[in-house]
Amino acid sequence: MALEDYKGVYIYAEQVDNVLSNISFELLGEAKRLAAVLNTEVTAVLIGSNVKDLADQLAVYGADKVIVVDDPELKEYRTEPYAHALASVINEYKPDIMLVGATPIGRDLGPTVSARVATGLTADCTQLEIGKFPLVALPGQEQKDNQLLMTRPAFGGNTIATIACPNNRPQMATVRPGVMQKIDPIKDAKANVIEFNPGFTPNNKYVEILEIVKNTVQTVDIQQAKILVSGGRGVGSAENFKLLDDLAAVLNGTVSCSRAVVDSGWKPKDLQVGQTGKTVRPHVYFAIGISGAIQHVAGMEESDIIIAINKDENAPIFDVADYGVVGDLNKIVPELTAAIKKALAEK
Amino acid sequence: MDFQLDKQHEMARRLFKEFAETEVKPMAIEVDENEQFPSENVAKMQKLGFMGIPVPKEFGGQGCDTLTYAMCVEELSKVCATTGVIVSAHTSLCVDPIMTYGTPEQKEKYLKPLASGEKLGAFGLTEPGAGTDAQGVQTRAVFDAETNEYVLNGSKCFITNGKEADVYIIIAYTEIATDAKGRKKKKFSAFIVEKGTPGFTFGTKENKMGIRGSSTYELIFQDCRIPKENLLGPAGKGFAIAMHTLDGGRIGIAAQALGIAEGALERTIEYVKERKQFGKRIGDFQNTQFQLAEMATKVEAAQLLVYKAAAKKSEFQANPKSGISYSVEAAQAKLFAAEVAMEVTTKAVQLFGGYGYIREYEVERMMRDAKITEIYEGTSEVQRMVISANLLK
Amino acid sequence: MRIVVCIKQVPDTKGGVVFNADGTLNRGAMLAIMNPDDKAGLEAALKLKDQYGAEVTVLTMGLPKADEVLREAMAMGADNAILVTDRVLGGADTWATSTTIAGALRNIDYDLIITGRQAIDGDTAQVGPQIAEHLGVPVISYAEDIKVEGDYVIVKRQYDDRYHTLKAKMPCLVTALSELGTPRYMTPGGIFDAYAKEVTVWGRADLKDVDDANLGLKGSPTKIAKASDKVRKGAGEKVVFDTTEESVNYIVGKLAEKHVI
Repeated sequence: MALEDYKGVYIYAEQVDNVLSNISFELLGEAKRLAAVLNTEVTAVLIGSNVKDLADQLAVYGADKVIVVDDPELKEYRTEPYAHALASVINEYKPDIMLVGATPIGRDLGPTVSARVATGLTADCTQLEIGKFPLVALPGQEQKDNQLLMTRPAFGGNTIATIACPNNRPQMATVRPGVMQKIDPIKDAKANVIEFNPGFTPNNKYVEILEIVKNTVQTVDIQQAKILVSGGRGVGSAENFKLLDDLAAVLNGTVSCSRAVVDSGWKPKDLQVGQTGKTVRPHVYFAIGISGAIQHVAGMEESDIIIAINKDENAPIFDVADYGVVGDLNKIVPELTAAIKKALAEK
Repeated sequence: MDFQLDKQHEMARRLFKEFAETEVKPMAIEVDENEQFPSENVAKMQKLGFMGIPVPKEFGGQGCDTLTYAMCVEELSKVCATTGVIVSAHTSLCVDPIMTYGTPEQKEKYLKPLASGEKLGAFGLTEPGAGTDAQGVQTRAVFDAETNEYVLNGSKCFITNGKEADVYIIIAYTEIATDAKGRKKKKFSAFIVEKGTPGFTFGTKENKMGIRGSSTYELIFQDCRIPKENLLGPAGKGFAIAMHTLDGGRIGIAAQALGIAEGALERTIEYVKERKQFGKRIGDFQNTQFQLAEMATKVEAAQLLVYKAAAKKSEFQANPKSGISYSVEAAQAKLFAAEVAMEVTTKAVQLFGGYGYIREYEVERMMRDAKITEIYEGTSEVQRMVISANLLK
Repeated sequence: MRIVVCIKQVPDTKGGVVFNADGTLNRGAMLAIMNPDDKAGLEAALKLKDQYGAEVTVLTMGLPKADEVLREAMAMGADNAILVTDRVLGGADTWATSTTIAGALRNIDYDLIITGRQAIDGDTAQVGPQIAEHLGVPVISYAEDIKVEGDYVIVKRQYDDRYHTLKAKMPCLVTALSELGTPRYMTPGGIFDAYAKEVTVWGRADLKDVDDANLGLKGSPTKIAKASDKVRKGAGEKVVFDTTEESVNYIVGKLAEKHVI
């Protein structure tokens, strides 16, 4: 089959416990933008058990069509039945582009599916464009138009690479959560649903789920926060994060942290910002006692305003901070909290 | 002549460096400040085989050579000279003589647990009245034919790993002989003494200038009975055993001194790149640059001497009957490395300026630690005697 | 039990990243290390070996220099090592890499394959699951804990807000997170033994059931269009005040100026 016969921008609509994940809407927003350039449609692939009701929400955020694969085997996420579902959709409907969220689920599903449908996969993209490959015409090499150019950080965020997949379809990418923009909801949009079931026969690759344990701690989504008060090793102890909690409270913000803090067991992993944690782009990011290792910076440098407090004046965090204060966080943070409280009260 | 380390030694260095940086360095200030024996790290090193590096596998060791062992002491001493000397005293002064002179039974009973890390070793020669001059040794062992035991009386001082060790090599005189000219001369023997032997107790702990975490104690023997099978080597050959042991020990101390100098140099390089005076990094001043050049060159020379002595000892170990001597190489390595350590650490403190005098910056500790390397296991003067004696023989 | 751990030699991106004058990454000047997640995977395998008894084989694909990480793995306790190296395999993306490694693994008997979650140079987390797909064995990615019960592995697998305890029949593939445990140190004697051992070296001809069209740069569906040093937002203001009060006033002033408060 010719590559030109693959059409449309598809996204994998991730849901957990029959609730659509934010990344699904972000992917739709980005897919919409790409589809406009290619003059094609956006299709969401919704996989799960009893998930059909969710289709309209996908339409609200820009899906022209929703392919629903609904089967009892798909109740909980497991690699094999989900990979079978998505690979079968790809083989049946032949998308030009297939976007998946770079979430713990997407980064499991994506590689398996790409290997099964024998195409390339670019991981953890932070930017997608439609353009020519090679970027500039080279003698003796065909320059193809309308290619998906996928940009992603590599080497721990030290370099960025733009990748194309010129000879295989679909062009697959996993996309970092928190990077792409949702569209404004299209009120009362109804989904154009296509139901598809490739059949699910358990085989050796079906693993058994013995237990599912949800973290009892109420988790906050740091990617949704407008103000993040982030602490690093310099905070010194789990107890001392109280200072950051107080500051976050007066600003109506959320506390997050660096990897060192998670490694020390002071905070759970879902609050970690950075290469191996989450990418965040809040309006204000406080980096308190964070040295600013490149892996951390990679996850927060897109923040609108970065304020750093660190006693080490050579800390690399000051290289990305808009406002850097050299000083002792133990003295500054409590007084800052008090001063903000006072300023807000005076308003 | 090959100045390139082979791959296994390169990798061994990486291991020691990683261990030193991860485990030892974070403890170094505390170890010094509180005179704290780094028990946890010693236990880790015991588990990892660091306490039996040059010992054959059949005796519970790692089956590596003296160079690997020297590199271990070097890397540890870069971040904590206390930790370096603990390994050195154990390996060179206790493990090595048992490996060289021990009977099969002694090797089974003592070498195996020492090399595999179950037990820690120490060595006692020095006494209040006998340091450089071995004839001053007052500790005496008298053979009791009735019980087939030696009865040990006397005391040893400045003993590294003093109270922490389980097995001690003790040098005592067993005979006073008269030579052809009618001069009286003590003849020494070496003994393996276990901690807990009745009559063996500890005296005062020394409060030292440097290597403050190494447990330095006085050992006291009062009618301490040692079974005859714990006599190490032939009776009356204790002095030769002690001298041979110290030859090896000097390589360990030379490696320690080298490590201290390297550690101080590394810190100084980092510091002068950052510290600014008169609007310039102090590394931009020619005085700093020339000082650094001198320090680095001496460190490099010390390393070559230390590695050469270690290689010579490895040669001996591979063929103990060859009669290969590494005594001069060890003395030269120790003499030079110790003096380089003192010089480099002193310069480091000077380049750090006021901060150099502050504990947190650690170079002052390195300076204090360096001094002992010019003193113990043969002072620099003794090394000069060893070296010149060989020249004029 | 036979365990194969797939490892990769990577430039150490932590701290000491070195750039050439033209802004490209100077790989030669950077320390080459065993990829951290792979090392955690190796530790998991060695723990299983300690616990249940197992033969642990390490396998890498790379330049001949990658021999170093195999020796390191043996110095930590792995029993055998295989280096897959061949010019025609160079420039491979994750598809071509996983195809190659699967081709090598088809020569070996295994019960469990462990790979690291992802490598710090590429951060793709793709090769593990793709190997499993090529070999037709189940994959469990992001393992935080691995146990063995008879012919099955029981794996704790973390998602955003929950973990699943999964049971899979061996042979299967598990990708390891560094949470699996701090890797053990080598031992000095282990290092010397590792260099006394033979490393099995395989080239293209030793790969089983693979098509040349799927190997190396040519066989890679993804192509690099452009690679560049990341352009960073420059530093803003950095201030040092004598008093806490001044520091606080400065920050409050900025927050007010930007209408945050």
